[in-house]
Amino acid sequence: MDTFITLLLLVVSWALINNVLLHYFVGACPFLGVSKRVGTAFGMGMAVTFVMTIASMLSWIFTYFILRPHAPVPQWVWELSGGAGDAPFDLTVLSYLLYIFVIAASVQFVEMYVRKNFPSLYKAFGVFLPLITTNCAILFICLEISKRLQDPLKLMPIYEALTMAVAAGFGFAIAITLMAGIREELELCDVPKPLRGAGIALIVAGIMAMAFMGFAGVESGLERALSQFR
Amino acid sequence: MSSDLTPMERFIRGVIPENPVYRQLLGLCPILAVTNGVATAMTMAGATAFVLICSNLLISSIRGLLKPHLRILVFTLTIATFVTIVDKALAAYLYSMSKALGPYIPLIIVNCLIIARCEMCASKSSLPHAFMDGLGNAVGFALALLSISTVRELLGAGTWFGIQILPQSAWPGWGVLVLPPGAFLTLGILLAIVEWYSKRKKTSAPETSTSTEASAA
Repeated sequence: MDTFITLLLLVVSWALINNVLLHYFVGACPFLGVSKRVGTAFGMGMAVTFVMTIASMLSWIFTYFILRPHAPVPQWVWELSGGAGDAPFDLTVLSYLLYIFVIAASVQFVEMYVRKNFPSLYKAFGVFLPLITTNCAILFICLEISKRLQDPLKLMPIYEALTMAVAAGFGFAIAITLMAGIREELELCDVPKPLRGAGIALIVAGIMAMAFMGFAGVESGLERALSQFR
Repeated sequence: MSSDLTPMERFIRGVIPENPVYRQLLGLCPILAVTNGVATAMTMAGATAFVLICSNLLISSIRGLLKPHLRILVFTLTIATFVTIVDKALAAYLYSMSKALGPYIPLIIVNCLIIARCEMCASKSSLPHAFMDGLGNAVGFALALLSISTVRELLGAGTWFGIQILPQSAWPGWGVLVLPPGAFLTLGILLAIVEWYSKRKKTSAPETSTSTEASAA
């Protein structure tokens, strides 16, 4: 039950309260670029969720076993090469290089897999699939997971990392789909000329971010309500 | 297309006529995230400038060795290396700033601006061109960060670089501008102002606009 409550709170917090787009501003480029039609926006959201899940799992595995302080693999290599005691090096300095490599590789694999098995979906994604490599939201989630693996006494378990990544991906999908819905309606409106395009989209995003600020506090309220089950 | 530009022209184009933020809408994530204070925004501008110029120089000097299908990977790995350097340097010398910027320093890796410059200029042109192009875009990016963070910090908190400008008694402070929604609103309105101003200039003085187009072509 305890685990379930933790996971539920993670979902609420990452999908709604700390929405990757409207609270941390990561992934703003596709948010403005691909939010003109609801269909493509939803597809983009799902593609991001998919890649985010895979990339964050891979980076959890790499961070847990290799990169974090006191990780098992470097220790094992150190002992195998005749060293005694704790391994005298910390590989966290390599994490950015490794994460971006993992993300690029997983985007490549997802692209190949989707092209082979779901050709219609591949056509729908078009150019957006390779562009996900440079989507900041995915690197951001990998970094957040690695931040929670630095303290050897409080390691984030892999199922929590998985929940967090899926919830953050859904948060992105919710925001971009809502935005596309609003922008479809906006085409019928008489927007002042200089604001057309990116300007009005950013102002709409600002108002949406204000609305999402209303979710602040939901997490602690939910925690209080659920505490009787603990 | 633009190989006949001198390094100086490249520098000027990056600053105003093709400003990476206002004209090309590149690198929005740091623009929105770190502009709630001028000091954090300027640190971000410095870090981005270092990464942009260094990776432009490195990519330009190895451009003969690049394979077309692997070039994006080479770009991102080069950028990631320089970002690691910046991140460690900031953590060593400006610890509080490094804490305040948090994940946005590593996120420079996926800043589309840097990849775009590597792809469009550095991988095709010689060292001086790549250097001036990087410098011009870095200055343009810094100008955009400065303008947005000035609006947000001045109207949101009444301060500029942490110095009280608008007296606290007279100015209540529009708190929303320092919060996340303020970033979107400020950038949207500034974009509209730039758009309106450049349109107005173009209609009042058509001969200057055609000359800039001719130099760009």
